[in-house]
Amino acid sequence: MAARYDRAITVFSPDGHLFQVEYAQEAVKKGSTAVGIRGKDIVVLGVEKKSVAKLQEERTVRKICALDEHVCMAFAGLTADARIVINRARVECQSHRLTVEDPVTVEYITRYIATLKQRYTQSNGRRPFGISALIVGFDYDGTPRLYQTDPSGTYHAWKANAIGRSAKTVREFLEKNYTEDAIAGDNDAIKLAIKALLEVVQSGGKNIELAVIRRNQPLKILESKEIETLVAEIEKEKEEEAEKKKQKKST
Amino acid sequence: MALFDVSGFNSDLRARILPSTQVPVLDRANNYNFGSKFQEFAVPPGVDPSGFLESCSSDGGVRIEMDHGTTTLAFKFRHGVIVAVDSRASSGRYISSTYYDKVIEINPYLLGTMSGSAADCMYWERLLAKECRLYRLRNNQRISVAAASKLLCNMMLGYRGMGLSVGSMICGWDKEGPGLYYVDENGTRLSGRMFSTGSGNSYAYGVMDSGYREDLTVEEAYDLGCRAIAHATHRDAYSGGVVNMYHMQKDGWIKVCKQDVSELLHRYRKEKLRV
Repeated sequence: MAARYDRAITVFSPDGHLFQVEYAQEAVKKGSTAVGIRGKDIVVLGVEKKSVAKLQEERTVRKICALDEHVCMAFAGLTADARIVINRARVECQSHRLTVEDPVTVEYITRYIATLKQRYTQSNGRRPFGISALIVGFDYDGTPRLYQTDPSGTYHAWKANAIGRSAKTVREFLEKNYTEDAIAGDNDAIKLAIKALLEVVQSGGKNIELAVIRRNQPLKILESKEIETLVAEIEKEKEEEAEKKKQKKST
Repeated sequence: MALFDVSGFNSDLRARILPSTQVPVLDRANNYNFGSKFQEFAVPPGVDPSGFLESCSSDGGVRIEMDHGTTTLAFKFRHGVIVAVDSRASSGRYISSTYYDKVIEINPYLLGTMSGSAADCMYWERLLAKECRLYRLRNNQRISVAAASKLLCNMMLGYRGMGLSVGSMICGWDKEGPGLYYVDENGTRLSGRMFSTGSGNSYAYGVMDSGYREDLTVEEAYDLGCRAIAHATHRDAYSGGVVNMYHMQKDGWIKVCKQDVSELLHRYRKEKLRV
């Protein structure tokens, strides 16, 4: 059945699917994991860094990009498509500043990206963008926001979410562990993001890239040393938890 | 497009139907493109509006009067913004209307005044009102005064040199407080405390400047606005009718009064005699 309805993007199948869009979502599931967490005064984005070849310069692969001073996004899926979307979003942020004399709200730029993606699902000769994006930032009134878009052009607000490979596992972890206490402080939110990524990332802290935006401060990408320190803290906390449980059992 | 290729359509005709300067809808940057390149109000090809207008302003030939025949003013003070306009519409030396409404109420927090060509102001400010309403629907919050005046300014810039005649003041109250911007057909956009536009503006400036203080009471401000317009209509042939006055406050504008200028001028003369 699918074979006859999945060549052209503008054709619905009899049971109401747009197969090209769904295949684009499959492409997203192949990309490396990205996780986003909305804290009280901080928003955190974490991505799984794919291991680079020996001769490749590490710094040229950047999966977390600033769209404006107060908004940034991480994506999962086709890197080349993401580059186009990010470029258009950056132009739109500045265009908004020029026309309206105010910085974009996170919802506005998410809506723009989602509208852009939707247009490419409803035109001839073009295929959908094969990326899902996590967009985080602060509005000018200080509210932190996290939005997720997907190749079909829908967007939703989230408290915490994950996209890409093993997104389901990470999301289940977040559903269990995202509580008001867990994100009470800035560091707690960062640790939660690292813990979520450690569930699915091989070989620990080396393969994690983390970025944070604090209220009224620009995007900060954490250095690998800082990540190592936090991972060590998390390991210690885990051991202490395990010790406590053992003691409880024995007494 | 695929259909063109499949049907073997004539490519010359295609180039005329889909001109290369037109940006396809898919790639159009944002919701804020105005101007002759974007079919907001497309100019027919081969027409040169500025050339046509030059021929219309030559002496001895047909003269189309494009002067901003009116008086409008607005000033910010401690308790908000006062907007006062006259109500005469003239076509050359003929008074076409004595009660023409020169203030457009865009929304309860935004006003626009009109001076210049009545048709141009009417059309472009109603278009501005449409954009403001769309902004409110899309973004769930009212548009700021700076953004509204920027939209009007960009509309003017899209048709610069083609003979539009618009001298407008956009007044409102947004999260930055009271706002007042002057926008004209050249694309000038100025923020300020006090503006007056139209052929009677110099007379209005004289009265306003001599009576203005930042700490005017509300009654004094109403009186100043009325006086400025009334005296301007007395000396300027293209202004007259009634004074329409609005007061922009924190929770929206109120219409203060609609007073006939001849009655005002009689009252002022009587006050002078009494003193």
